Amino acid sequence: MKQRIEELKKSFGEALALSTDSASLENLRVEYLGKKGHVASLMQGLRDVSDKREAGQLINAFKNEVEGKISEASEALQAAIIAAKVRSARKYNPTLKPERELGSYHPITLATREVEEVFVSMGFAIENYDEIVDDYKCFEALNIPKHHPARDMQDTYYLDNGQLLKTHTSAAQNYIMKKYGAPLRAIFPGRCFRNESTDACHENTFFQMEGMMIDEDISISNLIYFMKTMLSEVFHRDVKVRLRPGFFPFVEPGFELDINCEICGGAGCPSCKNSGWLELCPCGMIHPNVLKEGGIDTEKYSGFAFGLGLTRLAMMKYGVKDIRDFNSGSLKALSQFKSI
Amino acid sequence: MFLSMNWIGDFVDLSGLDRKSLIRNFTLSTAEVEDIIEKGSDISGIVVAKILSVENHPESKKLHLLKVDKGDEVVDIVCGAPNVREGMKVALATVGGRVGEITIAPRTLAGYTSYGMCCSEAELGISEDHSGLIEIFEDVPLGTDIKSVYDIDDIIFEVDNKSLTNRPDLWSHYGIAREFATITGRELRSPELVELSKFDTLPPVQVDVKATELCYRYSAIKVENVTRKISPVNMRIRLYYCGSRAINFLADLTNYVMMELGQPMHAFDNAKVDKIEVQTFESGLKFQTLDGTVRNIDENMLMITSGDEPVAIAGVMGGEASKIDDNTSSLLLESATFDGVSVRKTTTRLGLRTDASQRYEKMLDPELCKTATARLLAILCECDAGAKVISSYTDVYAKRYPTITLEFDKRYVDRYTGIDISTDRIVKTLTSLGFAVENEGDSFKVVVPSWRATKDVTIKADIIEEITRIYGYDNFDVFTAESPLLPVRKEVLKSEEDRMKDLLVKSFRMHEVHSYIWSDIQKNRELGINTPENVRIINAQTPDHAIIRVSMIPTLLSFVKENKTYNDNFGIFEIGHTVCGLKADGTCDERNKLGAVLFSKTESEEALFLKARDVALELCEDILHKSPDFVSAEPDFDFEHPVNSFDITVDGEKIGYLAVAHPTVLENIDKKCAVAFVEIYTEKFAKTAVGALKYKEPSKFPAIDIDLTFTADIGSVSFSALERVAEEVSGDMLAGVSFKDIYTADGVSALTLRFSFVSKERTLTKQELVPTTDAIISRFRELGLEMKM
Repeated sequence: MKQRIEELKKSFGEALALSTDSASLENLRVEYLGKKGHVASLMQGLRDVSDKREAGQLINAFKNEVEGKISEASEALQAAIIAAKVRSARKYNPTLKPERELGSYHPITLATREVEEVFVSMGFAIENYDEIVDDYKCFEALNIPKHHPARDMQDTYYLDNGQLLKTHTSAAQNYIMKKYGAPLRAIFPGRCFRNESTDACHENTFFQMEGMMIDEDISISNLIYFMKTMLSEVFHRDVKVRLRPGFFPFVEPGFELDINCEICGGAGCPSCKNSGWLELCPCGMIHPNVLKEGGIDTEKYSGFAFGLGLTRLAMMKYGVKDIRDFNSGSLKALSQFKSI
Repeated sequence: MFLSMNWIGDFVDLSGLDRKSLIRNFTLSTAEVEDIIEKGSDISGIVVAKILSVENHPESKKLHLLKVDKGDEVVDIVCGAPNVREGMKVALATVGGRVGEITIAPRTLAGYTSYGMCCSEAELGISEDHSGLIEIFEDVPLGTDIKSVYDIDDIIFEVDNKSLTNRPDLWSHYGIAREFATITGRELRSPELVELSKFDTLPPVQVDVKATELCYRYSAIKVENVTRKISPVNMRIRLYYCGSRAINFLADLTNYVMMELGQPMHAFDNAKVDKIEVQTFESGLKFQTLDGTVRNIDENMLMITSGDEPVAIAGVMGGEASKIDDNTSSLLLESATFDGVSVRKTTTRLGLRTDASQRYEKMLDPELCKTATARLLAILCECDAGAKVISSYTDVYAKRYPTITLEFDKRYVDRYTGIDISTDRIVKTLTSLGFAVENEGDSFKVVVPSWRATKDVTIKADIIEEITRIYGYDNFDVFTAESPLLPVRKEVLKSEEDRMKDLLVKSFRMHEVHSYIWSDIQKNRELGINTPENVRIINAQTPDHAIIRVSMIPTLLSFVKENKTYNDNFGIFEIGHTVCGLKADGTCDERNKLGAVLFSKTESEEALFLKARDVALELCEDILHKSPDFVSAEPDFDFEHPVNSFDITVDGEKIGYLAVAHPTVLENIDKKCAVAFVEIYTEKFAKTAVGALKYKEPSKFPAIDIDLTFTADIGSVSFSALERVAEEVSGDMLAGVSFKDIYTADGVSALTLRFSFVSKERTLTKQELVPTTDAIISRFRELGLEMKM
């Protein structure tokens, strides 16, 4: 028995050295450790051996040795295969131009969302309103008297059913006051129309963002605070604001709000007409007549309103020089606004 | 409007103050200053000098050789002006002096050296006259700096007219001076006036105001023996600096008073106009204004007539026939207040705006008529000692504005401003602005001055503005509001439209575009689309843009065409407003819609169509948690393909449609491309109830998949209908139906569906599912699907 084992050890050693791939290694495993393999036949031969214990131990030791060596060889083989794969791998190039194209938002959408986010964080509701309104909503309810120049044909598009295309987002004020009552905090972005010829700085169709806050004791001080905070958030800098008297029939007092010019840092440049300030946002305390038309008690409540030029804001934020690009439908221009 | 700081200085002493920073403060407190121009800063070293002798230049016909006495020295001057004369006093730019861009140095002209330059008015920058030298008549020593003879140095600032629309009182130097007085805390000085009552004994002017509704006040006075023809230099400089052209003394004088006090005035030649009526005409007439144009006057336009002969368009412009000219020596002076709206309508209809009409439009203070007359006479008598008033000041005050008294308390001011402005300050500010203030403790009673009471200051909120603008918005402490915190939500339509945008951009990589609310009829025609009739804009810039759009798709198709070289494959969308005719009450039926159009040069039309289908599908599934149905339907529009056009319905309600482009449109876009689109009615979409998200516990037991193949007319099968039937029949055993395969041969399609069954309690066997699958097969047969053996 002992001799037989020694012979098998020798021939296993020789065979193992020749097994250089996983198939021959598997054959070798079957030859020695399989059901009909050498180890099994050694176990069968135990019947004829006198010292079964010693022989059994010898067979077991041999079996362990064969198992160990095969698995060692198998691991080495696997490692060699992986190493070969690594060696032969082709290097890829991540800088190849991607084939897919990202979608894009209209720049007005991006600017609108940015402003909306700021106001939502301050507890303002976001509203929606029609583009076609009547004379009452656009003018009468806003304390704009009959015969006011704003109602002229040269400024307003009139429809053949007597309605008109809204000339400002303020046309929604009355609707929103009636919908919510006081107190109220709301913004309402929208598209406005003015009957004028277009050029790089003028469009007959543009966007504004109107906002209103009505409550007991809303003051001019609050108005300045909210305007400054909103603009600082939108421009990601500590914006300096300046209020000047401005006349709009639906506010009293009314203001023109300027921000310090970012381009020249306030020193004066062509963009700000050398004043260091950019006119951005008419605003004011809502005129008592407008509150009354909206069904709000003017003795108890006061409020402010503002009308931010969203199209203008988008031009400033993204450096768009020609306002007509916005409605051009040109993907060369618009597809650049990838994400929010 | 241009304003002169020298002129303002007549009424408020601004000495010791930086005038430029004052102007900046004016922007912050009153109205926007658009520009500041320093006049005279480019003029220096110019003195009064006398021409001692004039000799012709031997070689030049134009040039003269002068000996000029400049006080300290006699110098040689070579001069080309035609009006040189011995003994004439001129303005001499001396060596080292500056005239505009030129620095004066000895200069040789045709062989003779000139040691200076005699100047024209244009060279001094005080008029456009460069026809000859300015002659100095003032009695001043030779060598006197010209700037101490004439007010050449001035600071002119331009105020944005739009920012003065509500302030009729600010259309004058005196009104602006009042603002400066308040801003600086200095005193406002009254202009010098003539006491008009001293003419009361003279005969009146015949004035008859017939149209009392359109004329608040008409006053007139007659003056004779006016001999002065040319205005004093300083008056002309002020007029020129403020953008007006000198005409003749009387015309200049009325302009001067208008610019000073804001009251437009008109001087008629008394030889041609002796009495006045203010009226309208029942029928139209032609009238030649003093600019020489013949204008059509209609029955709404207020006219000034004399013996029923029209002599002026009230508040706009005088007539050619009655205008003052160089021979005029007697005049009838009008100082009147006309209705602002009427004047504005007249100017709009005539297309003629004047300095006078611009002021009337703002609703002038009728009280100003008398002051302006008294002021004009004061200047007239000062400049022309012989002028003689020959009538009484005749005043028809037809209509008065009521006196406005406002009451408020300190608490009101505190609430409205959010800060504490002292009672003292309130009283001081309002008083300085001309309000009569009564103050007792915390209550105030103020009377609005007449020049602010025509429309500008009518309620107590207007008083807040007066107090705060002078206090200065830069001086405000700013605070956030103390308001209760309330939950806020985006309006549903708005938030769903936002989610649609996200989905289209992120999942479908589409591009958002914007277009106009009107159809572009021309562009539609180019695509072979007939623009459907709809509400029209009556004053569109071109007839092609007069019809409001009913669908988002046509413009998007135009955009697709314009972008077809941008990429082989792309998608664009827009969410916007459309109008679907009129509602029962006659207002526009305005509807928000989403249009999304896909374009491809490489994909098949069917593949693109299914992609557009996916857009609709995902919008519904993602936002509504519901699956839409696609129902074959007649197209709504001619740009849709008659065969492949489908209504998109959710809960049985049509929320939009899905289609491929009509072959005609396709041809017009590109010979070789596919175009598919969806239009979603976002308002209906937003009204659809959102499906609840409900958790279904997954079964612990394995599912059994059974594939069944049916023959069908594939174009008419609704997969979602099949799914619903299968669910109905199988109860909660059906885990899902999926689409496995479709095979079409010899005009017959075989559709293979995989039904997946599962139980929560046990492992199912195929055997026990036989009744269920049989039921499915028989129900499918009713829908036209035959089981294929």
